[in-house]
Amino acid sequence: MRRFSSVIGLTLLASLADGPSAVAQVAVLGKTVHTMAGPPIENGAVLIRNGKIAMVGKADVVSIPDGFRILRAEVVTPGLIDAHSTVGFSGIFNHPHDQDQLERSAPIQPELRAIDAYNAREKLVEWVRNFGITTVHTGHAPGELISGQTTIVKTWGDTIEAAVVVETAAVAATLSPLAQKSDKGKSPGTRGKMMAMLRAEFVKAQDYVKKRETAEADKKPDRNLGLEVLARVLNRELPLMVTANRAQDITSTLRLAKEFNIKLILDGAAESYLLLDEIKAAGIPVIVHPSMQRAWGELENLSFETASKLRQAGIPVALQSGYESYVPKTRVVLFEAALAAANGLTFDQALATITIDAARILGIDARVGSVEAGKDADLALYDGDPFEYTTHCTGVIINGQLVSETPQ
Amino acid sequence: MIELPAIPNRCLSTGGEPPGTPLPARYNSSFAFGRNGVRGSRTRPRGDGKNHPRRCKLRSSVRLAILLVGVGSFPASAQDTPIAFTGAMIIPIVGSPIEDGTLVVHRGKIIAVGPATSVSISADAQRIRAAGEVIMPGLICTHSHIGGIGGADSSAPIQPDIRIYDSLNVRDSGFKRALAGGLTTLNIMPGSGHLLSGQTVYVKLRQAETIEDFFIRDADGNSLGGMKMANGTNSMSEKPFPETRSKSAALVREQYIKAQEYRDKIVRAAGDPTKIPARDLAMEGLGEVLERKRIVHHHTHRHDDIITVLRLAKEFNFRVVLHHVSEGWKVADEIAKAGVPCSVIVVDSPGGKLEASEMTFQTGAILEKAGVLVAFHTDDWITDSRVFFRSAALAVRAGMTRDGALEALTIAGAKMLDLDARIGSLEVGKDADFIILNGDPLSVYTKVVETWVEGRKRFDRSDPKDLLYAVGGYGAGRDQSPYFCCFDHPEGQ
Repeated sequence: MRRFSSVIGLTLLASLADGPSAVAQVAVLGKTVHTMAGPPIENGAVLIRNGKIAMVGKADVVSIPDGFRILRAEVVTPGLIDAHSTVGFSGIFNHPHDQDQLERSAPIQPELRAIDAYNAREKLVEWVRNFGITTVHTGHAPGELISGQTTIVKTWGDTIEAAVVVETAAVAATLSPLAQKSDKGKSPGTRGKMMAMLRAEFVKAQDYVKKRETAEADKKPDRNLGLEVLARVLNRELPLMVTANRAQDITSTLRLAKEFNIKLILDGAAESYLLLDEIKAAGIPVIVHPSMQRAWGELENLSFETASKLRQAGIPVALQSGYESYVPKTRVVLFEAALAAANGLTFDQALATITIDAARILGIDARVGSVEAGKDADLALYDGDPFEYTTHCTGVIINGQLVSETPQ
Repeated sequence: MIELPAIPNRCLSTGGEPPGTPLPARYNSSFAFGRNGVRGSRTRPRGDGKNHPRRCKLRSSVRLAILLVGVGSFPASAQDTPIAFTGAMIIPIVGSPIEDGTLVVHRGKIIAVGPATSVSISADAQRIRAAGEVIMPGLICTHSHIGGIGGADSSAPIQPDIRIYDSLNVRDSGFKRALAGGLTTLNIMPGSGHLLSGQTVYVKLRQAETIEDFFIRDADGNSLGGMKMANGTNSMSEKPFPETRSKSAALVREQYIKAQEYRDKIVRAAGDPTKIPARDLAMEGLGEVLERKRIVHHHTHRHDDIITVLRLAKEFNFRVVLHHVSEGWKVADEIAKAGVPCSVIVVDSPGGKLEASEMTFQTGAILEKAGVLVAFHTDDWITDSRVFFRSAALAVRAGMTRDGALEALTIAGAKMLDLDARIGSLEVGKDADFIILNGDPLSVYTKVVETWVEGRKRFDRSDPKDLLYAVGGYGAGRDQSPYFCCFDHPEGQ
């Protein structure tokens, strides 16, 4: 009896010391471990301690301490990253009560914070997690000129506070017919007007910053939360993620970024294969539309090979699940990368679009995106080539915790 | 069936046959959905037994025209010499896969299929070496919306006089994408925003100048198709649409009863022109459903909506295929017991609406285990025809058998369209509709290399013009906007 209590006591102490992630001290043995930080390791082992990756290497080199739970898999990858999604905002039921991805009351609302709306318990978050997706860049959807902020979360945790990785990751903008109004007298109604309004807003933000800095105390402009956010874009603290698909919209996006010296992420980019030199010269990363996005409207000329062409041109590229207004309510970025792997990207390049390259584009590569000592212990386990439709995800580990072991 | 709109059904029986005579055996295909042993038989349209000489004369001239068109669409191409494909792994669907198989096609039909050792190839045959490749039947999509569909409008919830072929653009790029995905036969349907949105059309993706060139015809030259119906939330709306599920069923019952009475009046009139009711094309459309000639393709998601469809089908004795069946897994035994087949959609996640929020990849596996005949469909634009194999592969991931999943892309769909005597497997005598793949059909890395329809190559991945549609790129865009409910993309509506 005494012994039993002391065991409980020790466990409690350990929990208090290390937080909930200490619950599972885990070693993962993979026939192939794709670390994304060097060549794959055959018969590899990943040691997880206190929510972080403690050691990675050949299984015969990594010694596994007693008491560690051992998980085995054919293939181990870093937890997958969906570089642009709306899960947690655009809910499964598609009814007004679970659709928070787009506020239509005004075309420019950078003050809308993603963390105020993210639903950590949304079923679609669990759905994508069960395929190995552990980190998601999500938030306000394309559809208004500046629709709001985005956030980066882990797909585990019951609240935004428990899930959040980066509170404000980017400001989402749309240069596409999606952001145009068809009603007479409403703006923006054309491509020209969209750009005119964006320019005007950034000029206003420049002016606001200047006046807040230089004006005398009683003459300072009132605080404006929207302009404060745009000021953070202007000083390159926050990237502007612009969804643009037609070639002319992509060109406008590059022009805008140059005019205001904005740190840009190009999103969607269906016709970007027409502008490889320009995008490369501008040094802009691209989060390509889902491979299986429907080829209609401004996306009618999309190609399964866009990610491959961008990559070949030396442009940083990630893939995404995107936003869906109907069915499927979310795509699964793993399958989008799979199709890219079948259309020009090598296996490693395709996996990079949903791991390390996505992490770099989002600025979170110090924490996630590869299996390296010191990084968050986020892993996905598969019983075969993760891109094959008939392969199962047999385990998902987030922050060192086994959060799913139901084959999906 | 039923494409000659100007000609009333009652003319069809003037050949002296009594109403209800079974069609020749080769068209008496099973709708049975094999495993449940329920067999239906198609019958001649019931008529009023009277001659209508003027109309029938017109009809025969139309038939002649169709014959001429038919001849025109099978030019010399129609393969005066046999073509033999050798060295491939052949998956005939009916029967076991054949390593080092030989397939010989001639004049649009399969004339031999089997192991290289047992198939003799005539000296005049053109030989095509297909070693390392896989040959299987062309894929059949039981539910597609490509071609620029425009079915029923918002004026009424039930519009059986709508014929979807009146809206189709045969040059639509969607057909090129479908060929790139290995599809050879489609059931093109109007949408699901109505209780009954019109007559569907079964098409083959032949070389075509007009939509008529796509038609699949019966022995009399009539084009074949089904009837699209829906229940659940898509077809509920403000007046004159139903606001509830009960009202949905009530409106359907009302119309079918009207159609029964219309039919009975014609029978009672016994040819007396003063007693025959005025022609009503909508009632004629429903009449074909009541006669079990036109299969109902029924959009339905929730378990209770599925049961409602089964109830209505029993009440009015119509033949039905359940489509989508998101919650079919909850009522698999009931579906099996009713002997009704399911055409299942596989999408990347559940939801998008309440009634699809419990959708699962396991639906195919669960229905298969229950003994239900299962096919998949693209519902294109919902999923892309170019990745149709994915539906089967994801179902296998969730427990469906590999054989069952491949059947669900081919012969099962053929049965659901009443076309299994002609297509859906590689068997001697069947249409030469087949595809050549460079690997395992269920692998993401596998490509459709060629698609052949009735012995003619319709897609060739090595041709840059075809490749453009297979992978996309500048110029692969659509020709016209599709009309489609429920999406909010301004350029996409």
